[in-house]
Amino acid sequence: MEWIQQFFNGISLGSIYALIALGYTMVYGIIKLINFAHGDVFMIGAFTGFFAISVLNLSFLPALLLAMIVCAILGVTIERIAYKRLRNSTRIAALITAIGVSLLIEYIFIYFRGAQPEAYPEVLAKETYNIFGAKISSQSVLILCVTVILMILLQFIVHRSKIGKAMRAVAYDQDAAKLMGINVDNTISITFAIGSALAGAAGVIFGIYYTKIDPLMGIIPGLKAFIAAVLGGIGIIPGAMVGGFLLGIVETVVSASGFSLWRDAAAFIILILILIFRPSGIFGKNAKEKV
Amino acid sequence: MLKVDEIDVYYDNIHALKGVSLEVLAGEIVTLIGANGAGKSTLLKTLSGLLRPKTGRIDYFGQSITNKPVQSIVQSGISHVPEGRRVFANMTVAENLDLGAYIRKDKKAIEEDKQAVYALFPRLLERKKQLAGTLSGGEQQMLAIGRALMAKPKLLLLDEPSMGLAPLLVKQIFQIIQEINQNGTTILLVEQNANMALSIANRAYVIETGNVVASGTAKELQSSERIKQAYLGGM
Repeated sequence: MEWIQQFFNGISLGSIYALIALGYTMVYGIIKLINFAHGDVFMIGAFTGFFAISVLNLSFLPALLLAMIVCAILGVTIERIAYKRLRNSTRIAALITAIGVSLLIEYIFIYFRGAQPEAYPEVLAKETYNIFGAKISSQSVLILCVTVILMILLQFIVHRSKIGKAMRAVAYDQDAAKLMGINVDNTISITFAIGSALAGAAGVIFGIYYTKIDPLMGIIPGLKAFIAAVLGGIGIIPGAMVGGFLLGIVETVVSASGFSLWRDAAAFIILILILIFRPSGIFGKNAKEKV
Repeated sequence: MLKVDEIDVYYDNIHALKGVSLEVLAGEIVTLIGANGAGKSTLLKTLSGLLRPKTGRIDYFGQSITNKPVQSIVQSGISHVPEGRRVFANMTVAENLDLGAYIRKDKKAIEEDKQAVYALFPRLLERKKQLAGTLSGGEQQMLAIGRALMAKPKLLLLDEPSMGLAPLLVKQIFQIIQEINQNGTTILLVEQNANMALSIANRAYVIETGNVVASGTAKELQSSERIKQAYLGGM
């Protein structure tokens, strides 16, 4: 029954990876940029949620919404200020800028607030359910529900709404999208807003689940989510979801088998293996073009 | 309807269009013929706003659209079917058509126009749920034209619709272009297949290395010795 328990732990961790990975993969899909500042948006989301709960006395859902809104605004601001003007420059220039933005957010935040960690307030009643002998906390069930709802919402936006079609069109062919009358700049901004909002939600969920947050907390989950995105196939939305859950489960299994020190290593070994044997990821196809 | 006045367009340092002027009147089919690299596609891209002229002026219904962004040019009624079709291969035929109507909000009329496109291209109706990337070259061309029609253009810019298609299919596409024109859409057609283009056009311009070197009615150009030699296979 231990394994069912671990499976649920893995799903909870995977939810967080998956939510962050979605932002990576959406941004990559549309402007071919690995936004390394994304993990820091996640961190800001966690702190916004903390602030909302402990200072504004909000409950879980309003705090989650506030964190998502703040992160959406932050994401769009980063895109407009730092990345927009680099759209026609080399990819390495944009990548280095993203790393710069990441460090900037981390250390500006530390400068004004200090680097000390914070204990996340308990906003969710903690109950434990017994399922086949495994102890499942109400928190992990709620986390899973929120994640799944957000993913369904995202799928709906991307596949059914007009803006979603515009996003896919811009991701596929910017000039052709322009010829449809699509405003490419706005579409890219909306993509950043949605991706960053998901990272914000992940930040709050992380805080509640792991109860400790600090200004550099975004680095490792950010990298892991990046691995998850590559694992699923970067640029592919369902890939990021599956990659996130898979990575969460693998890490938990590695820890539970008594190799908890190897947990991070396992994630990076997966990255190396996937880059060697299947660089396009689980869902990726080798690009084929019809002339 | 459309008046291009002495435009110069550069790609970085390459002077791609050198003082090009031309005019398209409402209801016409005007064709632009010329060899590979002469600047035909560059001209269409400039008209739709993908490229900006360095000097010169583009007027559309008497108003300058010279430096307008692409989306407002689309909104004013100019649709561009780009070279190589550029359909969204990862989306279905129906989604591609929806994107063609992106600038419009009149849902009911959009649905009617979609049916009209399916009537014009029955093949697209059969394949409406298929991904555009799985269509044949000819079907993709039909989709690209149908998608452009979904914006309800007054002026349709067509870039090499015959490219890579079997002769029978080319004939079919050209018939449809004439049909679209008869339904009231003005057409500016860029073609390497000069014979075919001149056979359906009212007027034509010949472009060589960024300059307009000849113009006139399609009939005049068809009978010009020089044009015959250079573009019509010397017949």
